[in-house]
Amino acid sequence: MASGDTIRFLLNGETVEHRPGAAHETLLDFLRLNRRLTGTKEGCAEGDCGACTVLIGRLSRGELVYETVNACIRFLASVHGCHVVTIEHLRGADGGPHPVQQAMVAHHGAQCGFCTPGIVMSLYGLLMQNPAPTDIDIDRALQGNLCRCTGYAPIARAAKAAGAEMTKDDPLASERAAVTEALAGMQTDETLSVETPEGTIHIPANADGLADILADNPDATIVAGATDVGLWVTKFMRDISPVVFIGHLDDLKMIEETGDAITFGAGVSYTDAAPVLARRIPALTELWDRIGGTQIRNMGTIGGNIANGSPIGDTPPPFIALGAELTLRKGGDRRTIPLESFFIDYGKQDRSPGEFVESITVPVPAEGTHLAAYKISKRFDEDISALLGAFALALAGDGTVEDIRIAFGGMAATPKRASSVEDALRGKPWTEASVMAALSAFETDFTPISDMRASADYRMRSAKNLLRRLWHETEGTPVRIDRGVA
Amino acid sequence: MTIEKRRIAGSPEWQARISPHDSALKHVSGLAEYTDDIVSPEGTLHAYLGLAERAHARITAMDLDAVRAASGVVGVLTASDIPGANDVSSTGAHDEPVFAETEVLFHGMPVFAVIATTRDAARRAARLARIEYEDLPADLTVEAARASGGDLVTEPLTLERGKVEAALASAPRRLSGSMQIGGQDHFYLEGQISLAIPGEDDDVTVFASTQHPSEIQHIVGHVLGVPSNAVTVNVRRMGGGFGGKETQGNLFAAVAAVAAKRFNRAVKIRPDRDDDMIATGKRHDFRADYEVGFDDQGRIHALDAVFAARCGFAADLSGPVTDRALFHADNCYFLPAVRLKSEPLRTHTVSNTAFRGFGGPQGMIGGERVIEEIAYALGLDPLEVRKRNLYGGEGRNLTPYHQTVTDNIALRIIEELEETADYQARRKAVLDFNTKSPVLKRGIALTPVKFGISFTATWFNQAGALLHIYRDGSIHLNHGGTEMGQGLNIKVAQVVAAEFGVPLDTIKITATSTGKVPNTSATAASSGSDLNGMAAANAADQIKDRLIDFAIETYDVPRDQIAFEEGEVRVGNQRFVFADFVEQAYQARIQLSAAGFYKTPDISWDRKAGKGSPFYYFAYGAAVSEVEIDTLTGEYVVRRVDILHDVGSSLNPAIDLGQVEGGFIQGMGWLTTEELVWDDKGRLRTHAPSTYKIPVSSDRPREFNVTLAEWSKNTRPTIRRSKAVGEPPFMLAISVLEALSMAVASVADYSICPRLDAPATPERILMAVERLQAEQALK
Repeated sequence: MASGDTIRFLLNGETVEHRPGAAHETLLDFLRLNRRLTGTKEGCAEGDCGACTVLIGRLSRGELVYETVNACIRFLASVHGCHVVTIEHLRGADGGPHPVQQAMVAHHGAQCGFCTPGIVMSLYGLLMQNPAPTDIDIDRALQGNLCRCTGYAPIARAAKAAGAEMTKDDPLASERAAVTEALAGMQTDETLSVETPEGTIHIPANADGLADILADNPDATIVAGATDVGLWVTKFMRDISPVVFIGHLDDLKMIEETGDAITFGAGVSYTDAAPVLARRIPALTELWDRIGGTQIRNMGTIGGNIANGSPIGDTPPPFIALGAELTLRKGGDRRTIPLESFFIDYGKQDRSPGEFVESITVPVPAEGTHLAAYKISKRFDEDISALLGAFALALAGDGTVEDIRIAFGGMAATPKRASSVEDALRGKPWTEASVMAALSAFETDFTPISDMRASADYRMRSAKNLLRRLWHETEGTPVRIDRGVA
Repeated sequence: MTIEKRRIAGSPEWQARISPHDSALKHVSGLAEYTDDIVSPEGTLHAYLGLAERAHARITAMDLDAVRAASGVVGVLTASDIPGANDVSSTGAHDEPVFAETEVLFHGMPVFAVIATTRDAARRAARLARIEYEDLPADLTVEAARASGGDLVTEPLTLERGKVEAALASAPRRLSGSMQIGGQDHFYLEGQISLAIPGEDDDVTVFASTQHPSEIQHIVGHVLGVPSNAVTVNVRRMGGGFGGKETQGNLFAAVAAVAAKRFNRAVKIRPDRDDDMIATGKRHDFRADYEVGFDDQGRIHALDAVFAARCGFAADLSGPVTDRALFHADNCYFLPAVRLKSEPLRTHTVSNTAFRGFGGPQGMIGGERVIEEIAYALGLDPLEVRKRNLYGGEGRNLTPYHQTVTDNIALRIIEELEETADYQARRKAVLDFNTKSPVLKRGIALTPVKFGISFTATWFNQAGALLHIYRDGSIHLNHGGTEMGQGLNIKVAQVVAAEFGVPLDTIKITATSTGKVPNTSATAASSGSDLNGMAAANAADQIKDRLIDFAIETYDVPRDQIAFEEGEVRVGNQRFVFADFVEQAYQARIQLSAAGFYKTPDISWDRKAGKGSPFYYFAYGAAVSEVEIDTLTGEYVVRRVDILHDVGSSLNPAIDLGQVEGGFIQGMGWLTTEELVWDDKGRLRTHAPSTYKIPVSSDRPREFNVTLAEWSKNTRPTIRRSKAVGEPPFMLAISVLEALSMAVASVADYSICPRLDAPATPERILMAVERLQAEQALK
C-alpha cells in the first residue's frame, strides 16, 4: 500500500499534484476555488442541472475514454489518474472557438449564458462519439442540462450544425496519444491512501485491494459514481471519511455474457451496460435511457443503484422481475442471493459491515417471455420515478399465464414483488377480464405513500393501469406515446 | 462563422438587424463573468443564512453559541446587529424583515446569518443553531387564509364596467366554476448572490445579481442607515432573472452589506439551490372563481370573477401582480359587463413575487378557462368561441379598465396562424384519431395573447442612459437596464450604433451601475428595450446634435448635408472617419458625453377608480398546440406547436425569436411539470431540480414552428416601432393546457369541460380522465 498526501491527474493541459483539503472535496470546488477555472458553474450541486459539466478522460483497459460528468458531485480524489477537461480547454484547430462553440453562437443557443458552458461540454461529449446526431440523440445528450432561457430549440440546431464541422484536430484528438501515455504513467497496482486535514481517502488499484481496505475499515463509505453519496456531502454535509473510491476499478467493470444471462460487475456504469442491454434485453432500452441524465449514466453504476437500497432506484424492479441474483463479497468470501432478498426494509439491506456488492447476474428473458419496464415520472426525462413497474410474462401455448413476475419501485419501502397480483394471474387465461380481476390484488401487495412526486392514490391507480397497459401491449394496441421528432 | 438568419426572418431588412447576443462568445467560452466569478478582494468572508423551521411561530429561545464556535466562523448577525432598518420590503410596506425578530412567518424565513472564512464553513456552521419555537396557527393556502378571515397583504382592486348582475340575469345561459392555478419557481440557473465591498466613510459597493440595482441601493442604504449616495450597486449580467431578481435580491445584498461594514471585509453571500428556492418568492398561485353569462352563439354577456392569490407573509409586489391578473383576464375578448376582483391573501408561506407575466398569465388563463367552459357547454370548437368574442367592431373595444383597444391585430394573427398551422384539418384529424385509439388520445388548441405594455405604476415608466465618446472614437454605453440573457444590451447597442452609423464593435457595453444612471426602474414588465433604448437614443441624439452644430459651424454646410454612416461622418462633400471627426470635435471643446432620458407618454392610471389607460400599447400573438396523452397513466407529449407572434418592427429578430421560443417553453413548464408542493407543516418539498421539474430538451414540442409577424409595426412611436417581447410569449403556452384538456375531454365525448387545474402533471391528467369517465358513465 502506498500512502501519501497527494493525488495526481491531468487538468486540461497540465499535470496536477494536489493535496486534497478534505475527503469530501468536490471537483467543482477545486476547479472554481483552487484553480479559478470559473467557466464551470454551480447550478444545483446535486447533479441535475448540468451547469458544472466537464469531461473526464480515463483509461478503460488501456483505451482512453472521455465522458461527461457532473463536477459538483464528483469527488476530487476520484479523478486520480484521470484527465479533467473544462470549458477553458476547448478550442478549434486555429486556436479560436471550437465548432461547437461557434455553432452555439451562430444559432443563438445562449441567452443568459450560465448553463452554456455545461451545454457546450455535453454537446462536445456527444459529437465526439456521434457527429451526426438526430434530435433524439441530442435530447438524450442534454437530459442532464437544464436551460431556463432558450427552450432548447436553438441548442439542438447548433448541435446539428456543429456535427458537420467537428474536426479531427481539436485538442482532445491531437493530444490523445500524449494523454494516454501520461495517464498510463499514473496508474499503479497499489492502493493509495491519502490523509487529508479532514478525513482519509483510499483509492484501491483492484477489487482485491478494495476487499482489504474494507476488511480494515468495515464502515468506510464506498463511492463508485458518487451520484448518491455526492449529495450526502453537497446537500447534507455528511462526513464520508474514511472513503474508498471504486469507480475506476476495471475488475468491477467486467461484463460477462453467457447464453442465458449477463453478469455485470458492480462498477459497470449505466452507460457501459447500455450496448449489452440493447442487444440482449432490448425491452429495457427506453427505461435505461431515462435513468438520470447522460452525466449521471456516465458516473452511476448498477452496483451503486442496488447497494444504496433506494425504494425508487430504476434498476431493481426489472432485474427482480427477471430473477436476477446478487453476489456480495467480504474479504475473500462470496455469497449469492436473489436480488429481491437484498432489500430488507427502508434503509436496510442484507449487507454486513465490510461486505460489498461485487456483481449482479441478470437472466436474459427466454424467447416468448414478454418483458416490459414502465417508468412513471412527473417529467419524462431526468426524473426520479414516482413508480416503476416491471413485468416478465410467459404465456403457455393455450394462452394462459404460465408465469408472471411483477416488481415495482416507488410502491413500498423497498423495490418489491407484486406477489398477490402474480398469484391472481398465474394459470389464468391472459385476457382483459383476468387482468381486471387481478387489479384489486395490488391493494394487498402495496400501500404506497403520498409525497412530492405523486399521491398514494395516483400511484395505486397507475400501478394497476400499468398491468392494463401490459395487456393492451400484448394485444397490439398502441399504448406508447410517440415521442419522435418530426 | 455564419450567423443563422434565414430561418429567423424572411425579409432582408429584418435579416440585417440580426446580431448575436453581445456576450455570445463569452457565454460559450466560459469567459462571461457572473457575480460568483468576480475576483474577490483578499480576505473576503462568506455569509450564510440560518432559516426558520416553522411556518408560523414565536421564537422563544435562540442559542447560536455552537454557530459562533464553529471552525472558520468570524461572527453572527441577527436582527439586533442591523444598524438601520430591519426591513427589505420593496414597496415600503415595512413587512419584510432581514431577520425575524420574535415571530417567524414562513418556513424558511431568515433568522440569522453566520459569517466565516469560507462558504463551506459558514454553511456548515449555520446548521448548528438551536432555536426554540412556540407554534402559532399557520394559514398555508388560499382556502385556509379565507377561513381565518381573509387578511390581505395589500389593497385589493376591482375592475368594473356595465351592470354585471343584470347582464348575468338576462343572459340566455350561465355557468360558474373555479380553477386552481399553480405557482412557479424561477429556477434561474444562477442563484441569488451578492458581494459587498466596504469603502471609506459609509461607503459600500455591492455586486449583485439583480434586475433592480436602484432598489438594492435604496434597501442597502435603508438597512445600513446611510444615504443612497454611500451605496453603489453594479450588475454586469445575471444568469437568468425572470422576475425572481426584481426584489428578491434585496435580502442577500442587505446581509452582505451589513456584514461587510461590520467586519470591514468584503463579504459574499450565495445560498445553495435549496435555500434559494425555500427562502425566496415565486410566481403567485391563484384560485379563480368565475360566473359567466353567455348566449347560444357563445358570446359573453357578462363575467363576474374573483382572483385570489396566495401572496405569502408580506406584500412585496403582490399588489401590482394581482392587479395585472385582472388587467389580463379579458385577454383578447370584449366583456360587455364585467366585474373582476382581486384578493391578495396573506399566508404563512414565502412572499410571492414577480415572475415573467407578473400575474398576467394567471389572469389570462382564468379568462381562457371561461372561453373553454362556454365551448364545451355549447359543443363548439373553442376557437370559434374565441373569434366570436374578440375585441373589435362598434362599441366593442373598451377594456374592463376603461382603456380603448386601438391597435388590435388579434384576428389577423389568429387567422394567419389558423391557416399556416393547418388548424382546421388537423383538428379533424385529432377527432378522427381519438375515435380509433382506445388508450392514447390527442388534443389541439389555438389560443391568442394580448398583453399590455407599461408598468402599471406609471412613475416606473422612465429610464436613463449615459453615453461617452472618447477621443479615439470608441463609445462607452451605459443605461439603467440590466442584462439577464434577454439581449437588452445588444439591442440598445444596435440603436446607438445606428444613430452614429458606426459598427457595433465601436461600442463597449458596460455594467449597469447606480453611479452612472440613477433612480432606475427594475428591468421588468418587458420594458427594458422600450425604455432604455429610447433613453440611449436620446443621449446619442444630444451628442449628435452637438456634433452636427460643430460641423455646420466649422464647414459651413446645411444640416441636411450631414450624415453619420458606415463609420464615417459625411459633411457636405467631405467624409471623415468617425474617430477623426470626434477628435476634431474634442479639439473644438465639444462635449462628447450625454445623459439621456425617456418617459413613456400618454399613459395614466387611477387605481382607486379602476379607470385609465395604463398601457402604452399591446403585444399580440397566438399559438396552436397539439398533444397526445396516455389515458392509463396521464403521461403526455407535446407533438407540435406553431406560433405567430407580434414584436412590432423587431430591433433584433434573433433575440426576439429566442424570447418567443424560450418564453413559450417556460410557460409550458409552468402549466405541465413544474409543480410546487408544500407539506402540511408549510415546508416546501420541491426545492431542487431533483424534485422541481422544469422542461428539458425532450419536452420541447416534437415539431416547433415559430414565426414573427414581420408585417406588424407598433402604432406608437416606440424605439424603431418595435414592441416589447419578454413576457407576452409566455402566455402562448396556455394552448398546451387547453390541448391537454381537449384530449382529456375526448373520453367523455367532449361533452364535459375537464376543468383541468394547473400544472397538468400526469397525475392531474389521469385523475381528470378517470373523473370524466365516471361522470360520463353516470349520464
